[in-house]
Amino acid sequence: MTTGLARRIALTAGGFGLLAAIAILTAPLVGSTHISLRRAFDRSIPFSDNVDAQIFFIARLPRTLSGALVGSLLASAGVVFQGLLRNPLATPFTLGVSAGAALGAMLAITFSWSFAWAGISAAAAASFIGSLAAVGIVYALARGRHRGLSTNVLLLAGVTMNAFFSALILFVQYFADFSQTYRILRWLMGDLDVSSYQPILTALPLMFISFAAFAWLARPLNLLSLGDESAETRGLNVAAAQRIAFISASLATGAAVSVGGPVGFIGIVVPHLVRLIVGPDHRVVLPASALFGAAFLVGCDVVARTVIAPIELPVGVITALIGGPFFLWLLVRRA
Amino acid sequence: MAVGEKGLRLRAQGSGLRAHGSRLKAQGSRQIARSLAALVVILVLLTGTTWSQRKTDAPSRIISLIPAVTEMLFEVGAGPQVVAVSSFDRYPADVSKLPRVGALLDPDVERILSLHPDLVVVYATQTNLREQLERAKVPVYVYSHAALADILTTIRSVGTRVGHAKAADDLAASIEKRIAAVRTRVAGLPRPRTLIVFDREAGTLRGIFASGGFGFVHDMVTAAGADNVFADVKQQAVQATTELVLARRPDVILELRGDPIAAEARQREIAVWQSLASVPAVRSGRVYLLADQSTVVPGPRVAQAIELIARTLHPEAWK
Repeated sequence: MTTGLARRIALTAGGFGLLAAIAILTAPLVGSTHISLRRAFDRSIPFSDNVDAQIFFIARLPRTLSGALVGSLLASAGVVFQGLLRNPLATPFTLGVSAGAALGAMLAITFSWSFAWAGISAAAAASFIGSLAAVGIVYALARGRHRGLSTNVLLLAGVTMNAFFSALILFVQYFADFSQTYRILRWLMGDLDVSSYQPILTALPLMFISFAAFAWLARPLNLLSLGDESAETRGLNVAAAQRIAFISASLATGAAVSVGGPVGFIGIVVPHLVRLIVGPDHRVVLPASALFGAAFLVGCDVVARTVIAPIELPVGVITALIGGPFFLWLLVRRA
Repeated sequence: MAVGEKGLRLRAQGSGLRAHGSRLKAQGSRQIARSLAALVVILVLLTGTTWSQRKTDAPSRIISLIPAVTEMLFEVGAGPQVVAVSSFDRYPADVSKLPRVGALLDPDVERILSLHPDLVVVYATQTNLREQLERAKVPVYVYSHAALADILTTIRSVGTRVGHAKAADDLAASIEKRIAAVRTRVAGLPRPRTLIVFDREAGTLRGIFASGGFGFVHDMVTAAGADNVFADVKQQAVQATTELVLARRPDVILELRGDPIAAEARQREIAVWQSLASVPAVRSGRVYLLADQSTVVPGPRVAQAIELIARTLHPEAWK
C-alpha cells in the first residue's frame, strides 16, 4: 500500500468518521419531546425515577445506534453488491434478501409467533432466517454448472426470487387480518425504534464478520471491476472473491433488515454520493460508505421523528423521498 | 315454491318480532305485528309469484360485511333475515352457521350475488363493490366507522332499514342508559391518564399502535372515567414510540385485544413494559391487558365493553 493511498484513506475515513460522530452525538439530543440533559446525566436521581435519563438511554440512544448500524451495513453492502455484479444500479435488496426477510417477518406477524431468540423478537429472528433462505436459494442457482458464480445468473435469479417472494407475501397477506396487515405494511417501511439494546447487540457479531470480509474484499473488488479474466491474470481467485463478496454482503443485509426492516435506498444513494466525492477505489469507498451510511440514516431518522412531532414518519419514507429522485437522476445522468 | 319459502321466512320473522315484543312489553305492537304478518302471508298467497320479484320495504335476505353491523342486526331481532356474513364475524354464535363472503379488502362479489341478497351492508370505502351491486340492482346500506355516538345512530338507522325500528330504538336507548350509569358511577373519581394500546409486536415494545383522540375506543375509555394520553392527536391510531410513551407518562396502560390470550402469555406480555420503569403505570402496576372482543367491535356490546374498562380502571366504584 502506497503512502499516498494510506493518506487518502485516513483523510476520507477521518472526514466521514467526523460526520458520523457528529450525527451520532447530536441525534440523541433532539426528539419529539424536550429533555434536560443535566437531569439525564444526573447520577443522584435513581434511573427508574429519571424520565429524562430513560428517554435518553432507553428511547433515543438505542434508536440512534440502530440507525448507525443499519445505515453502515446497508451502505457498505450496497458497495459490495455493485462491485460484485458490476452494475451501478444494484442494491442490497436486488438479490432477494429483503423479500426473503419480509416473508419471514410476515409469517411471524400473521401467525403470531411469539418465541424469543437471543432476546430478539420473533419477527426479527424470522426475517433473518428468511433472508438467509433467499440468499441460499439464489446462491445455489448461480453456482450451478459454472466454475465460479455467474453474475448474470445471480442477477436474474435474485430478481426472480424477489418477484416470487413478493407473490408469497401477498399470498400470506391474504390470511392476515386488518391489524396484522397494517403491522406488516409498517414493518416494510422500516422502523429503528428498537426500544432496547438487545437487537443491536445480537447484530454486532454479524456486523464484525461482514466488515472483516469487506476489508479483505476492497482490493479484489477493484480487480473484479476490470473483468473476470483480467482479475484472474492478476492473481485473484475470482470464484472465491465472488463467493465471499456475495455471502458477506448478504449477511450484512440480513442483519440490517432484522434490526430496522428493509429501509430502502441507503444502499444506492450513499455509495454513489461517496464515489462522486472520493472516486471509484473500493479501498476508500468501502470505509467511507460505511461511515457516511451511518450518518445519513441517523440524520434521516432525526427528520422522521421530528418533522411532524409528536407523531412520526417511518424512516423508510424519508430515505425513499430522498433516494427516489436521486436514483432517477443517476439513471438520466448515465443515459 | 317461492310462496312457501316466503311464508316460512315471514313466519320466522314474526316469531323474532314476538320474542322482542314480549321482552319490551309492547303488547300492542306485538298484536299489530302478528296481524300484519298474517295479512302479508295472505297477500302473498293472493298475488302469487309476482310478489317475490318485487322489492319489499323490510329486506329478508341481508348480507353484512361488517361484524359490528351483524351484531346490531342480531340484537334488534333481524338475525333470521341475515343470510351471509363477513369472514371476520364471530359474534353472536348463530353466525357460525352462515356462509362467509369475504370482508373489507376481499369481498366475494360472485358469492354475494349468488345468494340473491335484498340488502348488502358495505363499508363506505368499498366503492368497487358498491358499483357492482348497484349495477346488479342490489340495495346497499353504507356504513362508516366513527365515534361512539355514531354506533347508536347506526343501530337506529340500520334497525329502521331492516324493519325493526322499535327494537333498534329500544336497544339504543338501553345502551345509552347503561353508558350513562357508568358515567355516573365514575363521576368525581380521579381520571387516570391512560395509554390505550391496540397493537404491538409480541414480546417487545416495538410497533406500538395507540388510540389517538378520535374514534370509538377513545370515547369508550373517556366514558369509563379515564383521559387518553394521546387525546391531542386527532387520529384514530398513533404510532407510539418508546420516547412518546416515556414522555407522556401514562398512569395506566390499557391494552385492548380481540383475541383470547393464555394466562401465561398475558403475564409475559404485561412484563414487557417493565423496561420503561419511569412510567407511572409501570411503577404502580397499572398495566392491564383486556382480551375481550367487545372492546374492539363498535357494536351493541359497547356498553358492556365500557363497563369492563371502567371496572378495570375503577374497581373501587363497584365495591
